[in-house]
Amino acid sequence: MIEVQNISKSFDGKLVLDDISATFHSGKINQIIGQSGSGKTVLMKSIIGLFRVDSGKILYDGRNLREMRMKEIKELRKEVGMLFQGSALFDSQTVLANVMFPLKMFSPMSVAEMTERAEFCLTRVDLKPQAFNLFPSEISGGMQKRVAIARAISLNPRYLFCDEPNSGLDPVTSILIDRLIEEITQEFDITTIVNTHDMNSIMEIGANIILINKGKKAWEGSKDTIFSSDNEALNDFVFASELFKNVKKTQLKNNS
Amino acid sequence: MKKTLEQVGKYVNLMKKTFSLPDNWRMFWRQLPLEMEKLGINTVGIIVLISIFMGVIMTMQTIMNTENPMLPRYSTGLVLRDTLLLEFSSSIMSLLLAGKVGSNIASEIGTMRVTEQIDALDIMGVNSANYLILPKIIGLMLCMPMLVTFSVFCGLAGGCGVAIFTDMITISDFIYGIQYAFIPYYFTYSIIKSFFFGFVIASVSAFYGYFAYGGAIDVGKASTNAVVNSSILLLAVNVILTQLLLV
Ligand SMILES: Nc1ncnc2c1ncn2[C@@H]1O[C@H](COP(=O)(O)OP(=O)(O)OP(=O)(O)O)[C@@H](O)[C@H]1O
Ligand SMILES: [Mg+2]
Repeated sequence: MIEVQNISKSFDGKLVLDDISATFHSGKINQIIGQSGSGKTVLMKSIIGLFRVDSGKILYDGRNLREMRMKEIKELRKEVGMLFQGSALFDSQTVLANVMFPLKMFSPMSVAEMTERAEFCLTRVDLKPQAFNLFPSEISGGMQKRVAIARAISLNPRYLFCDEPNSGLDPVTSILIDRLIEEITQEFDITTIVNTHDMNSIMEIGANIILINKGKKAWEGSKDTIFSSDNEALNDFVFASELFKNVKKTQLKNNS
Repeated sequence: MKKTLEQVGKYVNLMKKTFSLPDNWRMFWRQLPLEMEKLGINTVGIIVLISIFMGVIMTMQTIMNTENPMLPRYSTGLVLRDTLLLEFSSSIMSLLLAGKVGSNIASEIGTMRVTEQIDALDIMGVNSANYLILPKIIGLMLCMPMLVTFSVFCGLAGGCGVAIFTDMITISDFIYGIQYAFIPYYFTYSIIKSFFFGFVIASVSAFYGYFAYGGAIDVGKASTNAVVNSSILLLAVNVILTQLLLV
């Protein structure tokens, strides 16, 4: 479980996160949703500690990130996996080497054990052995995402962060990646936080959702409550198209 | 002014992060030879070429511009040797390297930054500055003395070529000249300077790459900044070192 309490963050005097509090549960998909530029990535990177927040608390199962010393943060990082918006695979290394990288850096395993673990992770995300020795530039975007997931889970993380896991993917592949993240989360009881502005993904896996609007938390709920809410910011976000707006109107009419 | 100071502070902090003990020595030792190959060995070709030509040109220019019977005939070789040792093979060569190696380092690290590969390293708990930058700095510093030595010898060979293939100067005059009143300390001086220059090129370029923010255009800008600023800094360091080591 990760709790954030009243965090704020500004860049050069421009407030990007404004007093945000939220709780993210384990074994569940926690989503941060919002428009492009609303501050989702900044919020995620602040929770991880890639950005230093100006105020507030960030608790990893009760451990306050902002009070940790460098060494403790390093230890914590080994429990964290992250999937970046653009996959962020090391392009000078093969698929297999990418997944082995965290193991090489931090685990006392032998090369054979590391290879075995990396192959297990790659197989878990449904990658074929033919792809193991290719370079990231030689595989498709969907496959890159899978490799990035495999790399993120290679050290058995307790916390998994996914920044727009399905940006740039077609709807079918998106859903596959979403389901994969959900399965892994439940299977290993991980606290997973997913950034997204993809409605399909929200309706598919959003168990605990917070909406960020212009750096503020505007709404909190789940995929089951999203349609019945009358929150204005939420409705502006969810029902951006005329078609959806009409659907919503008829639904409200039917209800009353 | 305030911005410049901020930049200097950021640079110093980055160097602190860079010069800590590697998380994993095995990875460091694996990375170092790769960087030496990329930054040092792969530049030998261009250095050889330019040094030979500069040797030829400097020899010819010296002969043509000193047609004074008062000057001894061996002065050509002497001038060439000391110019190579004192300035050309360390300073001018380093300016060239700043262009080639500096832009390479800045664009490589800058691309890793904007594609979030550096964030990925940080997330894993790897000290990204140390992992990426230290092998480059050490690698280039180790290669510099070799490159300088190469350059000196190639320059002399170029001058020797003039003596062999033209009748502007006799070979014996030239050979006598390059041996006349040789001060070994000049060579040491050149090597010491090259260490500093290697450090400046690698660290300043890495700095601009590491703090790139944005996209491809910003990586381009970072790489230009890296070359321009490391060149300026090279010249400044050159003045200081000349003061300290020679005067
Ligand atoms: N390193 C940085 N320095 C300065 N400003 C930044 C930095 N990172 C983000 N910002 C600013 O913070 C704001 C929020 O950006 P953020 O990347 O969090 O948006 P986002 O919600 O993730 O959008 P998207 O869906 O497009 O990824 C933007 O206005 C951006 O310009
Ligand atoms: Mg984002």
